[in-house]
Formats: sequence, structure tokens, C-alpha cells
Amino acid sequence: MARVASTRAKVGYTVAAWIVALVIFFPILYTIITSLKTEQEAIAGFNLIPSFTLSSFEAVQSQNNYWRPFTNSVILAVGSTLLALVVAIPAAWAMAFSPTKNTRGILMWMLSTKMMPAVAVLVPIYLIFLRTGLMDTRIGLTVMLMLINLPIVVWMLYTYFREIPGEILEAARMDGASLRDEILYVLTPMAVPGIASTMLLNVILAWNEAFWTIQLTTTNAAPLSAFIASFSSPQGLFWAKLSAASVMAIAPILIMGWFSQKQLVRGLTFGAVK
Amino acid sequence: MATRQTQGLARLMRAPAIILLLIWMIVPLGMTLYYSFLNYNLLNPASVSWAGWFNYQYFYTDPAFFAAIRNTLVLVLGVLTITVVLGIAIALLIDKPIWGQGMVRILIISPFFVMPPVAALIWKNMIMHPSYGVFADIARAIGVQPVDWFAQYPLTSIIIIVAWQWLPFATLILLTALQSLDGEQMEAAEMDGAGPVSRFIHLTLPHLARAITVVVLIQTIFLLGIYAEILVTTNGGPGNASTNLTYLIYRAARLNFDIGGAAAGGIIAVILANIVAFFLMRAVGKNLD
Repeated sequence: MARVASTRAKVGYTVAAWIVALVIFFPILYTIITSLKTEQEAIAGFNLIPSFTLSSFEAVQSQNNYWRPFTNSVILAVGSTLLALVVAIPAAWAMAFSPTKNTRGILMWMLSTKMMPAVAVLVPIYLIFLRTGLMDTRIGLTVMLMLINLPIVVWMLYTYFREIPGEILEAARMDGASLRDEILYVLTPMAVPGIASTMLLNVILAWNEAFWTIQLTTTNAAPLSAFIASFSSPQGLFWAKLSAASVMAIAPILIMGWFSQKQLVRGLTFGAVK
Repeated sequence: MATRQTQGLARLMRAPAIILLLIWMIVPLGMTLYYSFLNYNLLNPASVSWAGWFNYQYFYTDPAFFAAIRNTLVLVLGVLTITVVLGIAIALLIDKPIWGQGMVRILIISPFFVMPPVAALIWKNMIMHPSYGVFADIARAIGVQPVDWFAQYPLTSIIIIVAWQWLPFATLILLTALQSLDGEQMEAAEMDGAGPVSRFIHLTLPHLARAITVVVLIQTIFLLGIYAEILVTTNGGPGNASTNLTYLIYRAARLNFDIGGAAAGGIIAVILANIVAFFLMRAVGKNLD
């Protein structure tokens, strides 16, 4: 009897949860559907079954020079993440394994730099980029994105590194391992998962950044976020094509995001919720 | 000896990150502060002069400034209310035993990974467009006049878009917190005859308090900086109806070329953000040890 009731409850909860999930996901789903329609179908009223044409994707790729912003997005997201890791891994490592009485203060201060509103430094950064020729260059934007995300990267790595038990290090030292051996054979294998998660989340954040990428690029270095923002009025690019461009811009990161749910909570709350 | 060596090495390893962030924090902010006291317009770059407090006064007496402050507050509070209330409800729902929980989570988390310009364009063209959007289709189906969202309710429309983007974040964090709730305590309360409402108020809500605080503070930091969604949909209009502080400063700097004025606005934004940051640092700091 109780079994029947609980099964019935489960059915009820399941139906409710799926309805909520589909409503939330609907704008994305409808964009995917529209990207598979012809332009005539796209403006012909509500219709969930497209004619499954790929012509919009072809059109976007050929007409709108889609691959340059796509390549820029990849270079900026991956480049800024790798650059941040190069700087952050040693720092997080030192703070996790040789903490001093200042470590806590340094970490809190790093976090505080993340609170600075981007728009507050728009004027100087814009002028610096204009005068030094960094405007609309990949290298300038890569460095910007690296600086923006550096505090999150240090923090995430720090919380991962701290979970590596100190006893293992002591045991290795007892067995006569040198500092080099210790880092190479004991710590690195244990740190790799944390580094990988940090990388994943940071690529997502850099890919989706849409303030500096819009301010500091025009055409050459513009990633997808800036490219898409230039279609604020769908002149020339119509509904189906706009949908196709949107789908191509979000698909890679959406899939990466599905794999990073746990890291997302941890990274964006600075370890406050695990 | 070994420890001194280690300490020296540790300092060396920390140095690049600290120096980079130090430069990143001090140099641009110092420049913003300096520019905020100058009469400096990029349309007339030859005549730069000391302005004293003029830029601040100008910003402060501009009616657009108060509209922007009001819109910023409405936007932040509106999105926070929607995401926290719905976030708790959805987290409670998907924490129940359901079939396909993994897939449900994936669908719900998805909007968070959509970049702001795409999210804004999807809503603008697919959902809220007065003739081709889904809302218009629904309105026609039930025989009502379709609403021109961005012209009639510009700020509300932006709140809806931004809430859609941040609801996954709130839900995911609240769900994570919910899953660490002590099941035995819940059962004991149930045995003692506590109804679902009283269990929610006396057990679940206090347990979620910390996660709610974190959601509110972190979202506030990002919500103060909402930009691309406004740029793509309303351009801050009609008039100043959907201009927030970030957008107002962007307009001063990039469209009016008013370096001094934009810098003064930037300093005001820093002060606002710092008030929020102060509370966030306290909440996060407590958890550090």
C-alpha cells in the first residue's frame, strides 16, 4: 500500500519536474528547432516540427565569415585559461602547502579584486588599448580575460590542493623523496583532476564573457560573443540564420557545461558551498 | 634549512599572481580616479583641464543618473527575488525521487551556459518579438493583443531574461545545499508530527540560509554589471527606461566620449560594489577555516 502511494508520488514529482525543466529549456530548444527551419517556416507562426534543413547553418558559415569569430573564441578562451593556470598553479600550490600567516589575507584580497565592477575601469583600459595598439588584438584580449578570471582560478585550485592530505607528503619524505620527486610523483597525479575542473569552468567563463570582448574588439579579434551582439537587429540575418549562428555559438560550451555542474558550484561560490 | 628554502620558494611561486593582480587593481583604478577630476572629452582631446568635483556634480544632478540607480536596484532586486524563490521551489522538487533526474538537471542548468548576447537575442526574437515571438503566438491563440515587450515593459523584459540566465545558478547551489540536509533529522521531525510546511520553515529554510546568502551576494556582483543584455535588446531605452548604472557609464564613455564623466560614474559604481563586497567577504571568510 505504501509502495503504491510512493510510486504514485514519484510519478507526480517526475511529471512536475520534467514540465519545469522543459519550460526552462524551451528557449534553447526552440532556437535549435528554428535553426533547422527555412526562413519562411521560421516566421510562419508557432511550429515545433522543422523541415530539418541545414541551409541556415551553411548560409551562416559561408556568408557571415563565421569561422573567424569562432576561431577567436577558441583562442581567447583556451589561451586566457592556460595563461591563468601558468600563473595560478604555483601561487595556489604555495598557499596550500606552505601557508603563512598572510595566506588567508592574500586569498581574501584576491577575491576582492573580482568585485571591482568592470565598467569602473572601462575608461582607462579603453584608452590604454587605444594608445598601445592593443585594441582589437587577440593578445590584448587574452591578457584581459586572464586577469579577470585569475582570482577564481587561484581560489578553485587552492580549494582543490588543500584537499590533498599532508600525511602523504610526510610519508613520501620519510621514504627519502626529494622535493622534485614529491612534486612530480606524489602531488601532480593528485592535483590533475582539480586542475582539469578549474580549466573547464574557466574556459566556459572566458567563452561567455561579453563586456570586454564587445568593448575591446571590432572585427579582427572579435569572438562569438561580440560577433553575435552585432546582430542586435536582425537586418540581413533572418530568424533561421540567427538561430543557426546562436546554436553554433553555444553548443560547444553547453556540452562542456553539462560536465562541469559540480565545479560550477564550487568555483563560483569560492568554496563557500560544496 | 629545508623549511627556509621551502618558504623562499613558496614566496617566489606566489609572487607572479600577486604582482599581476596588484597592478590590475591599482593602475586602472588610480587612472579612473584621476580622470574623474578632469574635463576630458575625446572629441576635443587637446583641451584637458582640471575639473575638481564638477564631473561628480554633473553626474549627481543628471536625471538620467537617478533613473539609472533606480533601474539598477529594480533589476538586481527583481532578479534576486525571482531566482531565489523559484530556485528554492525547483531545488525542492528535483531533490525528490524522480525518474530521469540527471537529464532534468542538465535541462535546468543549460541557460547558465548561454552567453549573454545569445540569451538576449533568443528572447528578443524567438520569445518576445511582438509579431514573430512565441508569446505573441500564444496571445493570438487566446485572442489577446500581443504585447510589444521591449517597448512597453523594457525593464521587466530584461529582468525576465536575466532571471532566466541566473535561475540555474541559484537552483544548482540551493540543490547542492539541500542534498547535505540531514535525512534522519527530517524523519525524526516527521515522526513527531511536524507537517511539511513546518518542516520546511523550521528545518529546511535555516539549513539553506547560508546558501541563500551566497546566491544573493554572488549574483548581486554580476547583476550590478549587466550590460550585453541591455545593449542587444533595448539600448537602454525607451529614454532611460532600461538604463542601469553600467550602461549609463558605457554610454558616457563610448557614445558621448566624456572621459571625465564616465570616470566619475565608474568611481560611484566602485563604491556601490564595495558595499556589497563587504558583506560577501564576511560570509565567505567565515568558511575559510
